[in-house]
Formats: sequence, C-alpha cells, structure tokens
Amino acid sequence: MKLTNEELLEMQRRMLRIRLFDERASKMVKRGQIPGTVHTSVGQEAQVVGACMAVRADDYMTGNHRSHGHPIGKGSALGPLMAELLGKATGICQGKGGSLHLADFAVGSLGESGIVGSSIPIAAGAALSSKLLAQDRVALAFFGDGAANQGGLYEAMNLAGIWRLPVVFLCENNQYALSTPAATVTSGRIADRAHGFDIPGVRVDDGQDVLAVHDAVREAADRARRGEGPSLVEVMTYRFHEHSEGLRLSTDYRDAAERDAWLARDPITLFRERLLADGVAAAEALDALEAEVADEVEAAARFALESPLPEPEVAFADLYTDPSAAEVAA
Amino acid sequence: MSATAPAPSTTTMTYREAVRLALREELLRDEDVFLMGEEIGVFEGSYKVTAGLFREFGPIRVRETPISEEGFVGAGIGAAMMGLRPVVEIMTLNFILVAMDQVVNHAAKIRYMFGGEVGCPLVIRTPNGGGSQLTAQHSQSFEVFFAHTPGMKVVAPSTPADAHGLMKAAIRDDDPILVVENLQSYKVRGEVPDDPDRVVEIGRAAVTREGSDITLVAHSFAATRALRVAERLKRDHGVDAEVVDLRSLRPLDTETVAKSIQKTNRALCVDEGWATYGVSAEIASRIQRACFDDLDAPIERVGLAEVPMPYAKQLERAAIVNDDKIMAAALSVLDLGPDVFSY
Ligand SMILES: Cc1ncc(C[n+]2csc(CCOP(=O)(O)OP(=O)(O)O)c2C)c(N)n1
Ligand SMILES: [Mg+2]
Repeated sequence: MKLTNEELLEMQRRMLRIRLFDERASKMVKRGQIPGTVHTSVGQEAQVVGACMAVRADDYMTGNHRSHGHPIGKGSALGPLMAELLGKATGICQGKGGSLHLADFAVGSLGESGIVGSSIPIAAGAALSSKLLAQDRVALAFFGDGAANQGGLYEAMNLAGIWRLPVVFLCENNQYALSTPAATVTSGRIADRAHGFDIPGVRVDDGQDVLAVHDAVREAADRARRGEGPSLVEVMTYRFHEHSEGLRLSTDYRDAAERDAWLARDPITLFRERLLADGVAAAEALDALEAEVADEVEAAARFALESPLPEPEVAFADLYTDPSAAEVAA
Repeated sequence: MSATAPAPSTTTMTYREAVRLALREELLRDEDVFLMGEEIGVFEGSYKVTAGLFREFGPIRVRETPISEEGFVGAGIGAAMMGLRPVVEIMTLNFILVAMDQVVNHAAKIRYMFGGEVGCPLVIRTPNGGGSQLTAQHSQSFEVFFAHTPGMKVVAPSTPADAHGLMKAAIRDDDPILVVENLQSYKVRGEVPDDPDRVVEIGRAAVTREGSDITLVAHSFAATRALRVAERLKRDHGVDAEVVDLRSLRPLDTETVAKSIQKTNRALCVDEGWATYGVSAEIASRIQRACFDDLDAPIERVGLAEVPMPYAKQLERAAIVNDDKIMAAALSVLDLGPDVFSY
C-alpha cells in the first residue's frame, strides 16, 4: 500500500496527539482535575492510528474503556474530548459521559462502552445499516484481549459472517486484561477464532509498527467495502502505563524483561526513525511537528480548564426524544 | 435465667475484612466451597476482598476466570446443581447484566422448574454503588432486578457484622443468593463477633436506631446514610428517627418494618437505586396494607433521579441520593420542611 508523504506524516501527527493527550490527561488525574481515573493508549498508538487511518473519515468505529485514542486516531478535535474528561459543558458529550463514554459522531465514533466487549455487536449493527442503506461504509470494532473472551464477540462475528457485513473486528492484544495475562485465560489464538466463522483472521505480530497495522486493516477494510464480509485482525501490542492512571497493582504481574523489551519499542520513536530513514521528512520538520502537537494539546487542556461547568438541569435532559416522557422523582 | 452469658468477644474490622473473614471461614469449614471470578487470585480482587485467599487456598479453590460473566456464572450454576458451593464474584454489580439470563432464567428457576429435584446453592457476591463519578454504566444499584425474581434471594448488608453473618448464611443456604456489597461500605468499620458458627438469618431486618417520630427504611449503604441523617435530625430538629436496615430484600421482613411504622406513623424509604418500580415501591405497597390506619403522612421515597448516572460532579450531585436530600425528604414527611415530592 503506497501512502503519500502527507499521509505518513499525518500518521505520526495522530500518534503524537494520542501520546501527548493521554500523558496530559494522566497529569490531570494526578492533579485532581480529572476525577477518578482514565485508561490511556500510551504505547499502543501505532495499533490505534494504523487501524483508524486504514478506514475512511466517514467510516464507523466503536470503542471500549481505553478509548481516547480511537476518536483522536479518527481525526477528532482535541478540545471537546479533553473538556469531556473534565466534565465540562463544552465536552463532546456535554459532560455527561466522561472518559469512559466519549463519542464523536462527526468522525464516525459511535461511542465507548465501559462494559467489556459490549460495543462490538453495535459495530455490526452500524455495518448492517451501511449495507441496508446501500452506503459503502465500514465499521471498525476495537476491543481488547480480555474482551475476546466475551460471548457477544462471537455472536457479532457470526452475524457479520452470515450477513456479509462490512466489519473489521480489531483485537488490541496488549497481552493483559488488568493484571490477567491473556495467555492464562485464552484458549488458542484469538486470530484463529475467525476461522470457525469462515472469515479471515490475521495477526499483526508487530503492533508497534504503524504501517504493518495499517496494511492489515486496510486489506480487511477494502474487502469489507467490496461486499466480501468481515475480518478479524489481532494486533500484538503493549500498554506502557498501568491499566488505569493512579492504579497501583499490588503484584508485579508483568515480567520486567518483557516490559523493558516492549518499552524499548516505542511506536512513535520507531516511526520517526523510519520517516527519517526513508527521507519522508527531515529532523527539523519532525521536531516542528512534535512542537505543533504539543501546542495543540496544551490548547485543548486550556480550553477544557477554562470551560464552564454544565448547569445542573443538564442532568435531566435528553433521556427521551420527547422530554415529556421523562418522569421526575425526588 | 440465673447466670448471664458472658458477652461474646468481638473484633473491630472493616466491612471488606468481614466479607473476607466469612469467605475464609467457609472455605475452611466446607471443602465444597470455592471462589470464582475475575482477578480474585494473584491480584486479590479489584476491591481486595479476597486478599490472601489465593495464597492460602490455591488456584483450584480460588479460581480465576476470563472476562466471561455469562460463562462463569453459568458454570457456577452447573457446579452448584451438582452439589458444590460456588461463590462467584462479579467485579461490580454493573457487569452482572452480561450474565442476567443465567441468573434469572436458570439459577432462580432450577429447583422449581425441574420439580424440586435439584437446587442451586450458588452465591453471587458483588458490590453496587455510585457517587464516584464513574458514570452511567459503572454506578448502578439495580439489585431490585433480582429481588423482583421469584426463586432468587437477595441480601444487602450495611455493617461489617451483617456482611460477615449474611455471607456465611448465604454460603450455607441451599438456594441461589445475590449478596450485594457496596463500594462505599467496604471501608466502614465495626464490631464482628468472634464466632465462626454465627450466621445472620436471611430475611430479617434490623432496627439499627430506635425512634418515635419517623421510620427511615433502607438497605446497603443507604442504611448507613440513614443513620447519619437520623443523628442530624436529632441534633438540628429534635426529631427521633427510627432506622430499619432491611438487610435482606428477598425474603423481605415486612413485619419489622410494619411494627416500626405502627410506632412512628411516618415513613421514608431510602434507596441508592432508582425509586420507580424499586425496593421502596415494594415497601410502600406492603406498608399501606399493614399500616393503613397508622399513617399520619403518605409513605415517601428518595432514590437516584430517574436518569442514568451523569458524569460531571455537579450533574452527579443533582442525580444521586445524598444526606442532604434524605434530610430534606425526611423533613418533608415530618411536615417540618417544604414538599419535595411534587411529581
Ligand atoms: C463486563 C465487564 N466485566 C468486567 C469489567 C471490568 N474491567 C474493565 S477493563 C477490564 C480489563 C479489560 O481488558 P482488555 O479487554 O484486554 O482491555 P485493555 O484494558 O487491556 O485495553 C476489566 C476486567 C468490565 N468493565 N466489564
Ligand atoms: Mg488487554
């Protein structure tokens, strides 16, 4: 797949956005500006951006609890996302959803679910709509290795198989669900499970390589768009942070050597080196890109911090299409 | 009685430790008991309830599962039907919805549907609760879904002693039971009797504060809140509130609730969950019959606003039940404050 230099640089830009956005959010959790916690995609940027940029801007996407990166990868503006994390009126969901429930319909992001595995069938439904409405949109369903053991995934894969739905099931295999190693709770290989549904199942062994992810997802998405049905793409990657920010796990569940080996393969550094080696951009240009994204993230943080809080009445709005259907109780 | 029995010795511990102690004692007492759930072993449970148990009892009796709630709740049912005593942990109540079919269509119906031949001595334990800005899917208290279901038992203790005694009773019980713990209650401290044979009878409410002016009826963490509000009512208004901690939602101890209201003539039901079709609706229905001639005011209720839990702090505050809202509702029932029930 030949990508233009602009596209390659856009990949790096979006990976940087995710990295700096999540690092900034992490800091805001520590400072108490964001309540509770957030789940970052730091370390997994190549897997997120490679997949998001392999589909079109108007394609659909569903996420999970670790989903700031998904809308960013798809091209969301950062300000409203950050404002949502802070529970501000200018948030992408008006402060009602928070980190666990970002949704940016403008970029095809149909929403995150905090219930592991539960948004996958919804991606299949979006793909069904694309088919019924004779559009050529594809749906990309992101889920983790932990979610791969939820039954709903297999119901959705079967539906997508029998109805030839344009879905790409994308398993972000960061090798752990919280502290549980995937190897201890997963029978067989996740990618191979597709074969039982007679749909393609591939594994990208180097999910730190944004182009490898892009190529695999692009092939699956093109196939889906041609009307040839769904695919499962499993991407091997690693999360550099804890399961969630501020969480301190009492056990050292990740082997130090394993962790160091993955930390040494930072997807953004790797891609920068590649862009330099291939002569796509000079170091100064890449430095400038980094500075630009840093400014963009800072501006988003400022926007979020300076935005007003939602009015309390907002708590009671939008329950039904017709507000008169809502009941009030003490 | 000629000689008074010596006062039983007690140990002060948190609710969390009390649940853990109950699990440990039952694991030691009965080798058919085993625990099953996500992250309950090496990680010791998301809320550290099972701390130390994996080390002590090993991976067979403290069994870690994938994130497959429908699968492992169903597996718990099958094992229970065959006479084992599984105690299945659901990380938080919210995630039990994934396994709803197993609980409602199977666990609750097996004894009845199959003619009484086998039972299902399954315990599902899980915390409910909100108020930490965990948003719509992670802040729920819908234990009433299960209390609505014939065949299920549901208990929801608020104190360490009850958490201990009810957990033990649940494990020994021959029917499927949902034990609702609570995220806020885990850190509550209290006295727990030093007696591994003590259980708290399922289906008995407790009067946790005596009073004569109004009865506050609650369960789970709302019962702790109700006690706090009762103290405030006394301090600020000279009102003597009685608090009935339901402890058990099904079976429901109507008698204890009715007796209290026959004395106080006023009642406010407090529930962290939604009021509509909720626990408080059931209480109100039973009480209007049992206490028809005793009531000086309509039975009222305060619960989560009729919306999913919003995220932003001030939105969440607008939706959740807190001490101030309970206080205002109680004063309203007592005719000491403005009507807050106009809907
Ligand atoms: C149905 C359900 N069960 C349990 C949880 C609690 N939980 C939240 S994230 C998580 C781990 C998910 O692991 P994985 O799918 O691999 O995603 P990752 O966090 O690694 O990105 C768990 C168990 C939940 N949110 N929903
Ligand atoms: Mg994972």
